Amino acid sequence: MSIQIFFQHLANAISLGSLYALIAIGYTMVYGILRLINFAHGDIFMIGAYFTFYLVTMFLMPWGVAFIVAAGLTCMFGIAVERVAYRPLRDYPRISVMISAIGASFFIENLAIVIFGGRPKAFPVPDIFGKVIHLGTVSIVSVTFIIPIITLIFLFILLFIINKTKTGMAMRAVSTDYEAARLMAIDVNKIISITFGIGSFLAAVGGIMWGLKYPQLLPLMGLMPGLKCFIAAVVGGIGNIKGAVLGGFILGLSEIMIIAFLPSLTGYRDAFAFILLIIILLVRPSGLLGQSQMEKV
Amino acid sequence: MKRKNSVLSFAGVVFCLLLLLLFNKTFDSYKMRIFNLCAIYITLGLSLNLVNGFTGLFSLGHAGFMAVGAYTCALLTLSPANKEMNFFLQPILPFLANTEWPFFPALLVSGLCAAIIGFLIAAPVLRLKDDYLAIATLGFSEIIRVIFTNTQRLTNGALGLKGLPNYTNVWWSWGVAALTIVFMIRLMRGSYGKALKSIREDEIAAEAMGIDVFRHKVISFTISSFFAGIGGALLGHLLGTIDPLMFRFLLTFNILLIVVLGGIGSITGTVIAAIVVTVLMEVLRVLDSSIDFGLFVMKGIPGLRMVIFSALLMAVILFYQRGLMGTNEFSWDSLGKRLRRIKKRGPK
Repeated sequence: MSIQIFFQHLANAISLGSLYALIAIGYTMVYGILRLINFAHGDIFMIGAYFTFYLVTMFLMPWGVAFIVAAGLTCMFGIAVERVAYRPLRDYPRISVMISAIGASFFIENLAIVIFGGRPKAFPVPDIFGKVIHLGTVSIVSVTFIIPIITLIFLFILLFIINKTKTGMAMRAVSTDYEAARLMAIDVNKIISITFGIGSFLAAVGGIMWGLKYPQLLPLMGLMPGLKCFIAAVVGGIGNIKGAVLGGFILGLSEIMIIAFLPSLTGYRDAFAFILLIIILLVRPSGLLGQSQMEKV
Repeated sequence: MKRKNSVLSFAGVVFCLLLLLLFNKTFDSYKMRIFNLCAIYITLGLSLNLVNGFTGLFSLGHAGFMAVGAYTCALLTLSPANKEMNFFLQPILPFLANTEWPFFPALLVSGLCAAIIGFLIAAPVLRLKDDYLAIATLGFSEIIRVIFTNTQRLTNGALGLKGLPNYTNVWWSWGVAALTIVFMIRLMRGSYGKALKSIREDEIAAEAMGIDVFRHKVISFTISSFFAGIGGALLGHLLGTIDPLMFRFLLTFNILLIVVLGGIGSITGTVIAAIVVTVLMEVLRVLDSSIDFGLFVMKGIPGLRMVIFSALLMAVILFYQRGLMGTNEFSWDSLGKRLRRIKKRGPK
């Protein structure tokens, strides 16, 4: 493999990794607080991309505004999903909540097929994101650079919110001990809503950028990235935001690099994430950056 | 009392047999297929309920085991000529090229293959709990599907296998379903069933009572994959064609819907729900096509059927967690009690 092609793969891998990281953050935040796999997260990601598509093509918004409005709408959508599907089951066994999550995910997917139609739609890509940049002999589409930058910006904003603001402190408290946080007069339901809102916002950002990079929208487009990003969150240590980012990058890098170096394994690309998951769960179930927990009687 | 009950049970079995005969004579091939599908979903639902309902392990890997069963059975029963027709891209592996088994041994072997895979997967996966277990089993079933898509010479890859002999008839599908029901009832009444239920209720307490938790979990998982394999094989020979895309997560979702709707941990509930869901799936096809009301034509919305099913699952889990039967089972005594209560209340 020549060095140019390697760099092209590397750039691709980094941008895919940052997309995974953005979506994985949503999983890890929700899991940290509710101990729940939000199966619908991948579908919220899909909804974000579709919202943008309709805002740009039907409401003729300029793309900058459309991105922000779509992210805001998706944020509300995520909060609504939590209200309807998860909140009524707060005190039920975890399995019930998980079935509800699976149901919610399928409901959103099927509703999307009915409303948006099953035919793929072309995502409107503004010119700035489609420009080809030549660096010596390596030519890369500009969106490949923009994605990691935007991911980093949002990561810093998020870390600031969680570590420096009062809401962030409340979030950390709820994730450490749900009951104790409630006793300390923290409005747990509000915090959970905010968590879902932030997670869905980031999923929408991920969805928009996914659309810019792979401009084809399908109602089931969130299924595979959703599962893979959950795996990324588990690999990094679930409940840990830096871990989710690390996991996302590891998954994106290894997925692209394995195909780059061993092209005969291309067909197994989707299986790779699951193999990684099973290895991690067996060797280090708490993930790379996670802390192990004892089971209490 | 006990004698009366067994007489009643015997009468019930005879009645069911007569019903099968009647349906076998009168149904056309479309209705027949749905009728067979009901039985297959009973088998599949019960096998998932054994793990998810009775043992309390949340597994989402059913489609993978079904794929193993369906492919094993298909490869064993397809005639050599048919195989040559199917594998036109690359020739089939030589040791499979000339096998043409009768249905029964092929069905058994497909169940066993699925059970072996289940056993191998169980050892690492069952160390996990709750949602991790769910995602890991889902992962394994995806891995199985991806492998089947890529092993061109073994499974014909994404092209799938066509022209499977239509062995599945009323006697096979309902026979297997009946055997599964009887097996499950016997299992649940015995010490193994009690042990499994105790693991579901409280794992640590069960362990303290001297139950080998891990061993029981593995047994439950292996048996479940055995029946899933057989169900998959029956499904393949009912439809006549299989391909890896068939065994996506959606298939597991359908079975999960049956288990949840019937009541997690009830054999009777699963049987009823399997029939209801399978029939509804066909009846609601009306929604996908246009309906003519005479005055106006309601335009059908393709895909609305699945929206209703996912909404149904959500509704059951949100508002009526017990499902149809909760953890209760059908028995003549409880039916008699209920009838007497209705009689006592009398007509209004």
